[in-house]
Amino acid sequence: MNASAQPSAAAIGPPLWLLAEITYRCPLHCAFCYNPTDFAATTDELGTEEWLRVLREARAAGSVQCAFSGGEPLARDDLEVLVAEARRLGFYTNLLTSGVGLTEARAAALKEAGLDHIQLSFQDSTRELNDFLSHTRTFDLKQRVAAMIKANGWPMVMNCVIHRLNIDYIENIIDMAVELGAEYLELANSQYYSWALLNRDQLLPSREQVERAERITNERRERYGDRIRIFFVVPDYFETRPKKCMNGWGSVFLTVTPDGTALPCHTAKMLPGLAFPNVREMGVREIWYESEGFNRFRGDDWMQEPCRSCPEKDKDRGGCRCQAYMLAGDAAAADPVCDKSPAHHRVLEAVDLAQRPLQSATRALPLVFRGPAESRRLIEQSRNAVAP
Amino acid sequence: MNDAVRGDRQPGEASGVQPAARPKVSSKFRLQWEEAQGAWVLLYPEGMVRLNASAGEIMKRCDGRRTVDELVAELEQAFDASGLQGEVTNFLDMARKQHWIEV
Ligand code: SF4
Ligand code: SF4
Repeated sequence: MNASAQPSAAAIGPPLWLLAEITYRCPLHCAFCYNPTDFAATTDELGTEEWLRVLREARAAGSVQCAFSGGEPLARDDLEVLVAEARRLGFYTNLLTSGVGLTEARAAALKEAGLDHIQLSFQDSTRELNDFLSHTRTFDLKQRVAAMIKANGWPMVMNCVIHRLNIDYIENIIDMAVELGAEYLELANSQYYSWALLNRDQLLPSREQVERAERITNERRERYGDRIRIFFVVPDYFETRPKKCMNGWGSVFLTVTPDGTALPCHTAKMLPGLAFPNVREMGVREIWYESEGFNRFRGDDWMQEPCRSCPEKDKDRGGCRCQAYMLAGDAAAADPVCDKSPAHHRVLEAVDLAQRPLQSATRALPLVFRGPAESRRLIEQSRNAVAP
Repeated sequence: MNDAVRGDRQPGEASGVQPAARPKVSSKFRLQWEEAQGAWVLLYPEGMVRLNASAGEIMKRCDGRRTVDELVAELEQAFDASGLQGEVTNFLDMARKQHWIEV
């Protein structure tokens, strides 16, 4: 969001962005899926009434952008009810979908409900990508959905997660997005959390791949001019400074997961020793301003060196807390993407490994595809790991 | 949506938003008052522009009915000021470049 955020917790701004993850159910199996790897443990999704209350409370607390995501949000048949209430409350309503499950009838109902925008993502396991690039089933689906988006007068926004296995086809992806009539295309390099972290060594591209993709993206921008706006998000592993994660912890974004857990970011649940409130037990305003989970990394009292005395700390807020925990083993450490971090070598090692030739033996490692059975296996595995 | 901008650069036409034009908030944006922020905002897919007080006063009058001249006169009366024409026109030129308004 372009709105400026407060750099210090002294004045906590409102939760401008509500990310409503209404379900973890999804017919797809993306290897970079950002849902938690133990998502199968969530069985008690919030009901319609509960979501309606969350929408009202969030709006009253100042939220203005609302994204319905998942999982696949179309897997819930009360989506239209939720969108209608959100719109009535004055939210700008966004739907993040793969398009699977979007029929003409549902598109019309969503339009009627006042949906403002659909972001259509390329579903992607490698097979689906191939299907897509070879103009078969997946391409047909996207084409149908794109036509519905246009027919209903929504802006046509496409998103594609980029990684080692599809980055070399970036010209095809861009050309097809143009062919589908996309006005905006976001080429977002995979972020290495959750399922993508499990698959990181198979998904992280080499420097050459990233450079080539950027060059080609620029050429395509020239070629297509005003027809399409293309955003290319470089993987932060290739940077020397971290991103200002979520625009600052608890400064703009409020995520509510399918079971009602409220998080400052959709991956924050992994952080140990932090109690995150549930909307079933606490109101949104109290969650945002008073809960321990949301206050934990506001301001800079929590910072350690090298961040604490760093002149750049207001610029990136020390980076991502989850990445610090995953790679440096401490959620309060500097994000290891930063070259001042003592754990920066972990990022460099992953990048070095990505320099291996595309066809080398390590690539033979199977990808772990997201799915309920796989999720249960991972839950079991981690239980056994901690059992005495 | 870029044609409007290109059209203006055609020979014989002046470049700025004209006094007789009737600017209108673009259909790609939604203008709304946000109590929590005490400001008018422009909403668009996954984004928001927070307008300062004077930008908000101008934008909320861009309804496709008022001309720029009328809009200026109204603002001058409402804020008991004069000579706002230049400032308003500059803002509208910028707003059109950003595709916030259609003329
Ligand atoms: S990333 Fe893929 S598998 Fe995960 S929720 Fe989205 S579409 Fe489903
Ligand atoms: S040391 Fe910390 S605050 Fe400074 S640039 Fe690195 S991550 Fe950011």
